[in-house]
Amino acid sequence: MTKLLASREALLMLAIAVLLGIIAWRFPAFVAPSNLFSVFNDTSPLILLAIGQMIVILTKCIDLSVAANLALTGMVVSLINIAAPGLSVFFIVLIAIGFGTLLGMFNGILVWKLAIPPIVVTLGTMTIFRGIIFLLTEGKWVNSHEMSDSFKSVPRTDLLGLPILSWIAISAVILFTIVMTRTSLGRAFYAAGGNPHAATYAGINVGKTQFWAFTISGAIAGLTGYLWVSRFAVAYVDVAAGFELTVVAACVIGGVSIMGGIGTVFGALLGALFLGIIANALPVVNISPFAQMAISGGAIIIAVILNAQANRTPGRIILKKAEHAT
Amino acid sequence: MSPSDAPILSLEKVTKTFPGVRALSEVSIDLYPGKVTALVGENGAGKSTVVKTLTGIYQPDGGEIRVDGVPVHFPTPQSAENAGVTAIHQETVLFDELSVAENIFLGHAPKGRSGLIDTHAMHQGAKEILDGLGAKIDPRAILKDLGTANKHLVAISRALSVDARVVIMDEPTAALSHAEIEELYELVDGLKAQGKAILFISHKFDEIFRIADNYTVFRDGQMVGDGAIADVTEAELVKMMVGRDVSQIFPERDRNLGAEVLNVTGYDHPTEFADIGFTLKRGEILGFYGLVGAGRSEFMQALFGTTKPSAGSVRVDGAEATIRSPADAVSHGIVYVPEDRGKQGAIVDLPIFQNVTLPSLKQTSRKGFLKMAEEFKLAREYTERLDLRAASLDTHVGSLSGGNQQKVVIAKWLATEPKVIILDEPTKGIDIGSKAAVHEFMAELAAQGLAVIMVSSEIPEIVGMSDRVIIMREGRIAAELSREDICPEVLVSHAAGITEATA
Amino acid sequence: MNTRSIPDRLQSPLERKLKSWESLLLLVAIGIFVANSFASPYFLNAWNLSDATFNFTEKAMIAFAMALLIISGEIDLSVASIIALASTAMGAAAQVGIGTEGLVLIGLATGLVCGAFNGVLVTALGLPSIVVTIGTMSLFRGISFIILGDQAYRGYPSDFAFFGQGYVWWVISFEFVLFAIIAVIYGVFLHMTNFGRTVYAIGNNPTGALFSGIRVGRVKFILFLLTGLMSGIAAICLTSRLGSTRPSIATGWELEIVTMVVLGGVNILGGSGSIPGVVIAAFVMGLVTFGLGLLNVPGIVMSIVIGGLLISVIALPRLWTMWSAR
Repeated sequence: MTKLLASREALLMLAIAVLLGIIAWRFPAFVAPSNLFSVFNDTSPLILLAIGQMIVILTKCIDLSVAANLALTGMVVSLINIAAPGLSVFFIVLIAIGFGTLLGMFNGILVWKLAIPPIVVTLGTMTIFRGIIFLLTEGKWVNSHEMSDSFKSVPRTDLLGLPILSWIAISAVILFTIVMTRTSLGRAFYAAGGNPHAATYAGINVGKTQFWAFTISGAIAGLTGYLWVSRFAVAYVDVAAGFELTVVAACVIGGVSIMGGIGTVFGALLGALFLGIIANALPVVNISPFAQMAISGGAIIIAVILNAQANRTPGRIILKKAEHAT
Repeated sequence: MSPSDAPILSLEKVTKTFPGVRALSEVSIDLYPGKVTALVGENGAGKSTVVKTLTGIYQPDGGEIRVDGVPVHFPTPQSAENAGVTAIHQETVLFDELSVAENIFLGHAPKGRSGLIDTHAMHQGAKEILDGLGAKIDPRAILKDLGTANKHLVAISRALSVDARVVIMDEPTAALSHAEIEELYELVDGLKAQGKAILFISHKFDEIFRIADNYTVFRDGQMVGDGAIADVTEAELVKMMVGRDVSQIFPERDRNLGAEVLNVTGYDHPTEFADIGFTLKRGEILGFYGLVGAGRSEFMQALFGTTKPSAGSVRVDGAEATIRSPADAVSHGIVYVPEDRGKQGAIVDLPIFQNVTLPSLKQTSRKGFLKMAEEFKLAREYTERLDLRAASLDTHVGSLSGGNQQKVVIAKWLATEPKVIILDEPTKGIDIGSKAAVHEFMAELAAQGLAVIMVSSEIPEIVGMSDRVIIMREGRIAAELSREDICPEVLVSHAAGITEATA
Repeated sequence: MNTRSIPDRLQSPLERKLKSWESLLLLVAIGIFVANSFASPYFLNAWNLSDATFNFTEKAMIAFAMALLIISGEIDLSVASIIALASTAMGAAAQVGIGTEGLVLIGLATGLVCGAFNGVLVTALGLPSIVVTIGTMSLFRGISFIILGDQAYRGYPSDFAFFGQGYVWWVISFEFVLFAIIAVIYGVFLHMTNFGRTVYAIGNNPTGALFSGIRVGRVKFILFLLTGLMSGIAAICLTSRLGSTRPSIATGWELEIVTMVVLGGVNILGGSGSIPGVVIAAFVMGLVTFGLGLLNVPGIVMSIVIGGLLISVIALPRLWTMWSAR
C-alpha cells in the first residue's frame, strides 16, 4: 500500500488534485462536473496521442511525426469527404486509422530494417508529411462549409452525456491498458525498452517490437487526425503544429522514462490531463493564455527531476547491516 | 543400445565464424538424457558461442544440430525453446521493471480463453517453480527490488518454466553463496532424475567433479577431448584446456618494499562497504581476494573517485588527498584498470594512440593544442613496453583481442606515471599467453617502485603474485594475510566466512 | 621480450579524407550548385548568392555548437527558444533606451544563462538532455510569450542593424564573415585541441571517458554554455536583420539545426562528426532553399526536400551495404 502511494501515478494524481483544489478555491465553477467533462473532452486528442507516444518511448524510441501524421491524415480524409460526401463516417474512420497506420509503419520500417535512429527518422518524416499536405492542397484550407455534416458531427454527438470524442479516449485508455498489461506484445514493449539485450535472449525481436510501437502510434495519430479536423471543422498545413512536443511532454509528466521500459497508460492519461487542466484553467483564473507554454515547460522540468529521483539506484546492497547490529 | 542411451541433442561438426575470428570450428557434443555434461575451457574457448548457437541467438555457418537424431534449425530463441532447449545465461537476462512472474514467463506466458495473459495462472505457475527451488520470492514483486542472489534464482526459474528436455547452465554458480550452490546441486540432481540432459559450463573444477557425468573440453574454438568424468583427473583436464602442462608459473621477483605511499582509513559507503583501511608501500603487490560481490570493485571505484564514500580519508605520500572524481585520483597518482574493459577501460571506437594519450593530453600538447607526433611517440613508447600486438597505432581498440585491449588500458595509465595502480581482475577473459605477460609486467612494475593493488578472484594468481592479501567479505575486511600466511585454504575460509577452518 | 615496431597509420590521412562523408557531401553541394545555375539564370549573381547565405548563417552558427554537443552524446532542442528569449530581452532593453553595446551584452548574457540552466539540469542533476531541453524549449519561449503576448518589440537603435544587415566588403555580409570566423574557431577547437578530443571520447563512451580521468560533467556543461552563447549570437543577428522581435521568432529552427548537423555527418548517437561536414551541410541546405526559391517553389516543399535528404543520406549507404552483401 505504501508502495502504491509512493508510485509515480499517485504523486501525479495528488498534483492534479492540488491543482484542481487551488483553482476551485478561487473559481468553484471550474470543478463543476459539466466543466470537468468538457476539459476531458478537450484533452481527449492529447490523451490518445500520449498513449501512442508512450508505447513508442517505452521501446527506447521517440515519434516526433505524430502531429504531422495527424495533420496529413486529417487532410486526406477531409479531401475524401469533399470528393465523396456520401461516404459514411465509419469508412472515414477506417481510412484514417489505416492511413495513419501506413505512415507509422513507414517510420517503423526505417527504424527496424535500416536501424536509423528514431529521432532522425521522425524528424525527417515530420517535415515530409507536412510537405505532402502542401503538395495535396497547394496550401489551401479545407473549411467547415466544404465538409459534410455527418463528417463534422460524429465526434460531437452525445452518447450517455458525453461526446463520442470523450468515449473514444476512454475506450483507448481501457483497450491499451489491457494490451499493455495482458498481452505478449504489450509486455514485449516493456522488455524491449527496459533491457534490449536481454529481450533478444528471451526471444523478442527488438526491432520488430519497435516497428509495432510506431505502427500503433501511427494508427492512433491517424484516428486523432480525423477527430481533430472534424472537431475544429478545418484542415490546413499547420494543423497541430508543434503538438508533438506537447505529446512528449504529457508522457514525461506522466512518468514515462525517456530511457525506455518505464511507463503506464494511466500515467500517460494523467500527464495529458495535467496539461489539459492547465490549458483550460488559465483563461478562467485570468492568467494570460500566453503563460501556458512556460507553465508546461516548467512542469516538464519538474516532472523529469522527480522521475529521476524516483528511479535513482542507491548502489549495490552488499553490507548486511543486521548482522552487525548486535 | 537401449533408447535411453541415444543423445537427445547433438552438435555435429558445428562451425561459427565472426569477422576475423573462427569462434567454433567443427565441434561436436552429445547430450544424453539424465546426464550432466560439463563443458570446460578457457575464456574465449568458444563455450558461450555454443550456448548462443544452441539457444537460437547465433546460427551456425556449418555442421548441424540434431534433436533425437533429426536435424533442426533454431532461427530464433523461441524456436530453440519450442524444441525443448532452455538456458540459464551467464548475463542476467532479466527485466528490472517487470514482476518476478513476468520475468519467468516472458514470451510464453499462460493465456486464457480470450487470448489475454492469464495473470492468475502465471503467478501460480511462478510460485510453483520458485517453491520447487526453495526460493521465498513473491511472484508479484518487481524485479528491481530483489537482491543479486534472488535475481539469479529468478533467472533459473525462467529456464525451468519452459518444459525443457535440455537445460544449459552457463556458469550458474558465479553469483551464488555456498549454501545456494548446494541447493543448485540438488536442483541439478532433480533434473537428472527427470531424465533431462544438462550442459553445465563452469571453470570451477570442484563443481565439475561434483556434478558432471561427462566432459567436453574446448580450446580456441575446437573440441580437444571428451569422455566420462570418472576416467579423468583434474590435471588432465587442465592440460587439455591449456594445451600444455601448467603448474601456472609466476615470475620470481625481489621484494624491495619502499616507503609507504598510500594510506586509507575508515572508508565507508551506505550500502556497499564499511570500515576499509590499509596501507601500501612502494614496490608492493597487495592482493584483494573475496567472493564475487564482496565489495572489492565497489571499494576500488570509490577509491578511484567514481562513487562517493560517506566517510574515510586517503593519504598519498603522507599528504591528505581529496578524491571526488577519477580526475582527482589520477592527479594524485592513483589509477584504476577496471574489470569491465569494453565499457569502463577502453574507448573501443577510438584509435589505440588516442586511448593511450587520453589522460596524458596535457603532456602531449602545447597550450591545449594537440600535437599528433607527440601523441604517437608516447603511445608507441608504452605500447611497445607492453609488447602490444596491433596492425597500427590508429587501429580502433575494439578490433584487438581481450589481452591486447588490456595492454592498451594499462599503457594508458603507465603513461601518466602513476604511484599506485589498481588492477581489477587483470587477467580475466584473456588468453594464457597474455596472462603470463601481464603477471610478468606486474612484477616489473613493482620492481620499479610502483605500488600495485590487484583485485582477483583467482586463487593461484593471488597466491602467486601477492606480497600481502586483504580478504573482503560482505563489504568488510575479513582478514589481512602477510606473504608467509597466504595459502588457498585460508583464503577460501575467510572469504566464505568459515572461521573454524582457520584454527 | 622482442619489441616490434607498430606503424602509426596504415592509411594516409589524405586517403581517409577522400573516402569520407564530407567528400560525398561536397559532391552533392557542387551538384546542387551546378544544377541551380542551369535551372535559373538569376542564380549566378553575386548579390543573389550573397542574399542566399542569410538562409543558413544564423542557423549554422548554432549548428557548430550543436555539433559538439551531439558528438558528446547530448542534444539541445531549446536553441530556438533561447533565440526568442534573448531577442525579447534585447527588445525590452531597447525600449528603455539601452544602446547597441548594451543590447549585444544582454543578448549574449541571456544565451549564456539559458545554456547554463540546461547544463546544470543535465550535468548536475544527471537528467536526459532531450527531455530537459524539450522542457526548457517551452519554458524559454513561454517566458517570451508572457512578456510579449501578441505584441512585438521594434525600435532598435539604427546602428544595431549592422549585425544582420551590414556588409563588410562588396557582397560579403557581416553575418557571413561572422559565420566563417565561427566555423574556423569551432573547427580548430574540435579537431585540434585537447578539449575537442575529450568531446569525442565522451561521445563514444562516457563511462570510459570518466574512468580515464576526464571531467565529463564539466565538459558537457561547457558545451551547453557554448550552445547557449551561440544562440545568443544568432539572436543578435536575427533580431538585427528583422528589426523586430515577436515571441514566435525562429520557431522550428531547433529541428532545422539538428537536421543540418546530422546531414553534416554527425552521428546523432554521438561519438563522430566534423565541423567541415557541418559547414558543407549548411551550404547544401542554403543552396537547396535558395535554388528552389528562385524556381518559385514554396518553403514548405523545400522542407520535404530537407526531410528527405536527412533520411536518405543515412538510409542510402545502409541500403547499399545491405544490397551489396547479398
